[in-house]
Amino acid sequence: MILKFFWIFGFIAMGSALLCITRKNPVSSALWLVVTLFALAAMFVLLDAQFIAVLQVLVYAGAIMVLFLFVIMLLNLGRPGPTDIRGPLGLLTATVLAGALALQLRVLSESPLPSSIQLPPGAITALQQQQGIVGAVATPLFGTYLIPFEIASVLLLAAIVGAVVLAKRKL
Amino acid sequence: MTGTAVDLIWLAPALALLGFVLNGTLALTRPNAKTLVSVIGAGVSLAAFAVSIAIFSAFAGLHADEPFVFRYWSWIPVGTLQIDFAFQVDQLSLVMLLVVTGVGSLIHLFSIGYMKEDPGYARYFAYLNLFVFFMLVLVLGASFPVMFVGWEGVGLCSYLLIGFWFTEEQNANAGRKAFIMNRIGDFGFMVAMFMLFWSTGSLDFGTVFTHAPNALAAGGRTITVITLFLFLGCTGKSAQIPLYTWLPDAMAGPTPVSALIHAATMVTAGVYLVARCNLLFAMAPVSSAVVAGVGALTALFAATIALKQWDIKKVLAYSTISQLGYMFLGVGTGAISAGMFHLITHAFFKALLFLGSGSVIYALHRAYHHTHSHEDAQDMRNMGGLARYMPWTTASMWIATLAIAGVPPLSGFFSKDEILTAAHARGHADPIWLVFWGLALGAALLTAFYMTRLMLYTFHGPNRTGEKEQAHLHEAPWIMTGPLLVLGVLSAAGGLINIPELYHGNAWLHHWLEPITQASAPLLPAVHLAPATEWLLVGVAVTVALIGIVGAWRLLKPEALVPARQAPEERGFARVLKNKWYVDEIYDALIVRPLVWVSREVLWKQVDQRIIDGAAVNGAARGARALGWANRWLQSGQVGIYVAVFVVGVLLILWRATS
Amino acid sequence: MLLSPALFISAVLFTLGVAGVLFRRNVIVIFMCVELMLNAVNLTFVALAQTLGMGGQVFVFFVMAVAAAEAAVGLAIILAVYRHRQSVSLQNMNLLKDG
Repeated sequence: MILKFFWIFGFIAMGSALLCITRKNPVSSALWLVVTLFALAAMFVLLDAQFIAVLQVLVYAGAIMVLFLFVIMLLNLGRPGPTDIRGPLGLLTATVLAGALALQLRVLSESPLPSSIQLPPGAITALQQQQGIVGAVATPLFGTYLIPFEIASVLLLAAIVGAVVLAKRKL
Repeated sequence: MTGTAVDLIWLAPALALLGFVLNGTLALTRPNAKTLVSVIGAGVSLAAFAVSIAIFSAFAGLHADEPFVFRYWSWIPVGTLQIDFAFQVDQLSLVMLLVVTGVGSLIHLFSIGYMKEDPGYARYFAYLNLFVFFMLVLVLGASFPVMFVGWEGVGLCSYLLIGFWFTEEQNANAGRKAFIMNRIGDFGFMVAMFMLFWSTGSLDFGTVFTHAPNALAAGGRTITVITLFLFLGCTGKSAQIPLYTWLPDAMAGPTPVSALIHAATMVTAGVYLVARCNLLFAMAPVSSAVVAGVGALTALFAATIALKQWDIKKVLAYSTISQLGYMFLGVGTGAISAGMFHLITHAFFKALLFLGSGSVIYALHRAYHHTHSHEDAQDMRNMGGLARYMPWTTASMWIATLAIAGVPPLSGFFSKDEILTAAHARGHADPIWLVFWGLALGAALLTAFYMTRLMLYTFHGPNRTGEKEQAHLHEAPWIMTGPLLVLGVLSAAGGLINIPELYHGNAWLHHWLEPITQASAPLLPAVHLAPATEWLLVGVAVTVALIGIVGAWRLLKPEALVPARQAPEERGFARVLKNKWYVDEIYDALIVRPLVWVSREVLWKQVDQRIIDGAAVNGAARGARALGWANRWLQSGQVGIYVAVFVVGVLLILWRATS
Repeated sequence: MLLSPALFISAVLFTLGVAGVLFRRNVIVIFMCVELMLNAVNLTFVALAQTLGMGGQVFVFFVMAVAAAEAAVGLAIILAVYRHRQSVSLQNMNLLKDG
């Protein structure tokens, strides 16, 4: 059952991703990407990562993609440009390279994981029931990964400052 | 090593080399110091001769059977090949040493007078000394490579001296022709050396001749090929068929050079080589027959050409080629001492003939200089009746003429006769030798004829030089006439060194050279002629000579000659002879022109221009440019391309990681 | 159970993202494809978290933070470039070729 839904959302994600990269209109591309992100969020839920799913919707689809749309509209790129997509040579190159990459990744994904680090199935669900859904993410976040957390906040600060400076008309 | 004068063998070539260095320096710094140059040039030569006499007497006193080898330093030690710079003192090399230094010194003295007015005086003596040095290295060398150093060196000096007056294109061409033809012969020498090393494992004379009978089958293919290649070298150096055409052209050099190099010493190097390798040639009867046959044929062939030459030096040049043929006939028959005997006597009378002609040319030059005439001073048609102006020269040259014709009891009679007798004797064992004997006899007839012709046209009959010039014709200075007289005495009495037993003589040279020839003696057919046969042969030879002389005296009319400028063209067979049987023209058409054509059309236009320049050089440039053009795209600034390359890189990493 | 399909889908999405980067000339759309690639990676992490521990989900957290920062700064750069060149076509951004 879960598997069936997983595949449905998977196909939605793949389909809208394909549409995203082939639309001439940048706004269409952006909106199709939003659909992809939603489908991914659904898949996250099915993978016992509910907190991440919500974050995905709030941050990615809600903030980042909105920012993209703002910039598109600010630069008045709502209409498709004449040379937005490459010609047949570019299509050929993209297909070939992407195809090769896909093959490689398939080979990689089929290699088995080492069993020594694997957890027993259902361990995550148990953990979540123990500590709560948010707690399961928070405990390692503020425990083992505290320092990267702090650094990430500094990074965000740097990004804010950078974005403000770069976007000014006159320094 | 021996504690006698023999140890000083290095001194003889060292003196000549010293002369070259000193005279060469003078030529570059003070070319007008002619007295100093004369003293050094002739001085080292005479000193070398004195040293040679001392060594000779010391050696004779030792009564040695084995040669003395003096090793000076290790020259080429490579693996199993060990070549030292070494000299070998034995009976054969000492004979050559005496001839080279003795006759060489006389020619040095003559040159002092002959070249007096020449601005290149110092350079001349420098080259002459250098030549003596290399010739001594050649005859004293204890191994094939050292001999080859001398061989090449005399070739170089020959080139330098033939083209001495190189500002005339003709002279430069003559020098080049001599060098190139010698090179062809040298190729043969080298191949023979390689094969000898490969078969016997060494290149020292002693070792090779000891091992050769064991390592090589007598009469086999290898030894025949080796000796034939050696003989190829001899045909180049000693001007036999087919590589003889350089020698007549070499007459473009100064006359004393022709006397020394192209009569007495360098051209005899080939005979010396065969004599030195007599064991190898005895082991290969086919090659010996080739040597003798080519020698006999060349003797006759060159004599026919000499019959119709008008330039006095060209007559002598062809005479030299012819007499060298005799020497090869001698050594090819196995009669080493006969060949060497003729080498020695020929050195005497041929040097005398050349120097004498030098005196004549000198006299005519001076006469023409006084009258500002531009006639050819070497053409016999401009001479005639010079006996009354140059008596000493005439007398000496008559002695030489009788000697070369083989009139007893002069030296040439004994040496020539011994060769003829040896050839006839071997003809009893092998009939082809009788053919050679016949050819040589024919050559003897012609020799007597053309030499008498030369004397007749030059010294007798009416004088054609011109009224005004006659007043200035006189004998050459004593520095030039002196050596002529010395050589005259030697030409007359030189036979004494090897009077055969037939005349109850002691055959000194023959016995002297026995240690050299004893190894090959068992391999040669032993033929003994009855004394009656021998006397008959002597009689035939003398008769032939007399027929030649008397025939020329009677048949030729010097009164009918006109000076060269007004002389009519030759016609018919005489024209063929005058033009040397057109051999030069044949070589030019068959060999030189095709080579030049191949060089120009194929090697230059196709290989050099198209393939090397076009494909290789320009092609490399074009390839580099193409490569650069291809690489341009990597840095075009197009981000799309950068991304694509990036993805390719990722693919490669993944591929390596998963495989 | 869900690991294989998740990895498969992730691979496909990533490939599509790469194709998009190679395929498009509009800088903003290329940027969006890069975001697509990041999301594919997120999916991989989350799928593997089920078998290998919560570290996967924490990492996704960080990826999102970085993606947000990067999107902000990147778009600011694109704005600045647009002001100079009046174009967002990748073809016109070839200053790397000189020098």
